[in-house]
Amino acid sequence: MKNLLGREIPDYIDGYGQVKPFQGSFSNCGVKTRSAVKLTSVLPNDQKVLSSLDDLFDKLKITDGMTLSFHHHLRNGDYVLNMVMEKLAARGLKGLTVAASSIFPIHAPLVKHMETGVVTGLITNYLSGPVAEAVSRGRLPKPVIMQTHGGRARAIESGNLKIDVAFLAAPTADTYGNINGVYGKSACGSLGYAVADAEYANITVAITDHLVPYPANPIEISQVYVDYVVKIDSIGDPQGIVSGTTKITKDPVALIIAKRAAQLIKASGLVREGMSFQTGAGGTSLAVAAELKKIMQDEEVVGSFASGGITGYLVEMLEEGLFRSLLDVQCFDLKAVESYRDNLSHQFMSASMYGNPHTKGAVVNNLDIMILGATEIDLDFNVNVTTGSSGVIMGGSGGHSDTAAGSKLAIVVTNLMKARLPIIRDKVLTITTPGESIDAVVTERGIAVNPRRLDLLEQLSRTQLPLMTIEELKQLAEKITGIPKPIETLEEIVAVIEYRDGTVIDVVRKVKM
Amino acid sequence: MQALRRSMLFMPGNSPRMLQDAAILGADSIILDLEDAVSLTEKDSARILVREAIKTIDYSAVEVVVRVNPLDTEFGAPDIEVIARVRPNTLLIPKANEEEIRLVDKTLTKIEAEEGFPSGGIKIIALIETALGLENVYNVIKASPRTVGVLLGGEDLTADLGIERTKEGEEIFYARNKVATVCRALKVDAIDTPFTDTNDHEGLKKDTARGKGLGLTGKAAINPRQIETIHSVFAPTQNELKWALRILEAMEEAEKEGQGVFSLDGKMIDAPVINRARRIVDQGVRLGLISGEGGAK
Repeated sequence: MKNLLGREIPDYIDGYGQVKPFQGSFSNCGVKTRSAVKLTSVLPNDQKVLSSLDDLFDKLKITDGMTLSFHHHLRNGDYVLNMVMEKLAARGLKGLTVAASSIFPIHAPLVKHMETGVVTGLITNYLSGPVAEAVSRGRLPKPVIMQTHGGRARAIESGNLKIDVAFLAAPTADTYGNINGVYGKSACGSLGYAVADAEYANITVAITDHLVPYPANPIEISQVYVDYVVKIDSIGDPQGIVSGTTKITKDPVALIIAKRAAQLIKASGLVREGMSFQTGAGGTSLAVAAELKKIMQDEEVVGSFASGGITGYLVEMLEEGLFRSLLDVQCFDLKAVESYRDNLSHQFMSASMYGNPHTKGAVVNNLDIMILGATEIDLDFNVNVTTGSSGVIMGGSGGHSDTAAGSKLAIVVTNLMKARLPIIRDKVLTITTPGESIDAVVTERGIAVNPRRLDLLEQLSRTQLPLMTIEELKQLAEKITGIPKPIETLEEIVAVIEYRDGTVIDVVRKVKM
Repeated sequence: MQALRRSMLFMPGNSPRMLQDAAILGADSIILDLEDAVSLTEKDSARILVREAIKTIDYSAVEVVVRVNPLDTEFGAPDIEVIARVRPNTLLIPKANEEEIRLVDKTLTKIEAEEGFPSGGIKIIALIETALGLENVYNVIKASPRTVGVLLGGEDLTADLGIERTKEGEEIFYARNKVATVCRALKVDAIDTPFTDTNDHEGLKKDTARGKGLGLTGKAAINPRQIETIHSVFAPTQNELKWALRILEAMEEAEKEGQGVFSLDGKMIDAPVINRARRIVDQGVRLGLISGEGGAK
């Protein structure tokens, strides 16, 4: 069958099940239910602390085929996922599904577990490094399910994604399972992506290298959700968790793109009292924040909030009074961790609060301006941030589709050409975010506005910004780069791309190698 | 209308990525450099790369200037021979002196005839960076009608003078004066030497203003991030534009009434003032700050 975007997707996919095709960004909304949670009540004299993972697995009866979840707040410094899977492999378990909010290069040992049948399923929002390559080569018997940050929270809360055991890497935990991310040698700040796991898993285990006396202060994830606390030597490598500082790019082309994007935002009329803004931590995205800051200062505007993964740059904007609040699902650098710990205006949000479409209102719904990246964009403004130029998986939505859908103005900022390849294509290889939620593409050589946004086109036509159609932008790039050969794929599906509402927006097929 | 040369951005001729993006960085002119930015072992490949870039990439929004190697090196003549055939707007001739400019002019005339290009179409900017070149700058410019400007090279000049180059630039005060005066006399552009600390934007602003204050008309840049600052110094301010427009309006009124000399706000307005107002308005029109009819945008 074809979904709304014309993607050919089977009705039924082995290892995934029946496919609900994507029907539009808000077609699958309305009355929804949250799943009931099975729990074992803890009595006054029960102890939660265990001194090793072996003690834990002696006590916990993990069986073949279970689904185990992990959060990615320790990013490329995470030790917990590898340690847990190593122990379970040694115990001879097979057919496990790993539901990790993101997979990084540090998780390379998963490849071995995939090859030996310990892990047969993977559910994640972002996939990079050796595991991404192995999945793309078809090393997993079931296709990986790729979700969005909001979509994962939705799947967990609705019971679509049933977690048997959630393993929460906890930078600080007390003896009764209260957790925070702001203290300890592995401090990572907000634990927004771990909340749904903690609340909805059958069993929740906190794994910490910083066990403190009861009660921990602050409490981000509460004792009422946590069954066990395991003390280990180290949950992660601080070098890989947060970077010291996040710097704005000096690349002149990226700065031109950022400046144009900021001018577009100004022309859209959204620079006004109470405005809200989100951007990524990448060089160009952050440069947009810097350009927007100048405009906000000129216009003497105070925004209501900036959201998402938070960087030191947004913290500076908060401290300088440019925003009243930050809503933080994840901290990207040490400055953000410190601010989140010390400043009451720098607030917590869970992945569900951030982007789950089946709640009584996600933060993305209140977002005015969203700055996004892209690996490829097509003439219908569909964006690919999942597969790279060789067709291999190298990313995923994360919050891309969530924020694009919710925000009033979703702007993709990108170089028109990257590594001699044009970014605008007739059709993207993989649709991560539907074109209907993208409003404009800003490149160093021109700006294309989605024809659905006639209002924006009209506003911009009164400026000197270099407006073009997306077709013109594509031709401009192809004049320099030529037209790349299409990537040849096989029938075999290696990944199912779920939109935030759980419908299937696309699939990734195995690449001919 | 003659192209503006407020900023001339040096780009290494051996970097494909920079050549690809050179036109979009906002500079009025780009100088594709075959000389100092390119090591001896890469001279041939850079020459070919720059030739192909000019043939392939759309540089229509900027003036394309190529800095060839000095004619007293083995690379200078082949640079001109190859590059002139793809018709850059302008060649920048290093360590310029009178004879060399004459020789370049002759070579260009020959190549233009062979290629069927309009004669005299390829322009010359003389890079003045020796004591002799500076003292002889009048004759250097006069050596070819193709010469549209002079670029002052402060680093090499101070080396030739045996003096220290400083951030404040006191040591090139005379050179700036001399170049500005001669260029104004011969009605060609006078381009200031680049400011080499690419992270000091305040310093760049002061240095640019110093050059402008002495009569220089533009400034070379060695980093794209310098362009905006340079343009901000060379752009006429809103007040200057308003003043200039008022002068020209009053002049038209006076002409209608048959008055030769007139006054505005109690001050006598004569030809030099009118010329200055015309220059400011002309620049405002070229920068899109005011419309061609003279009305403020």
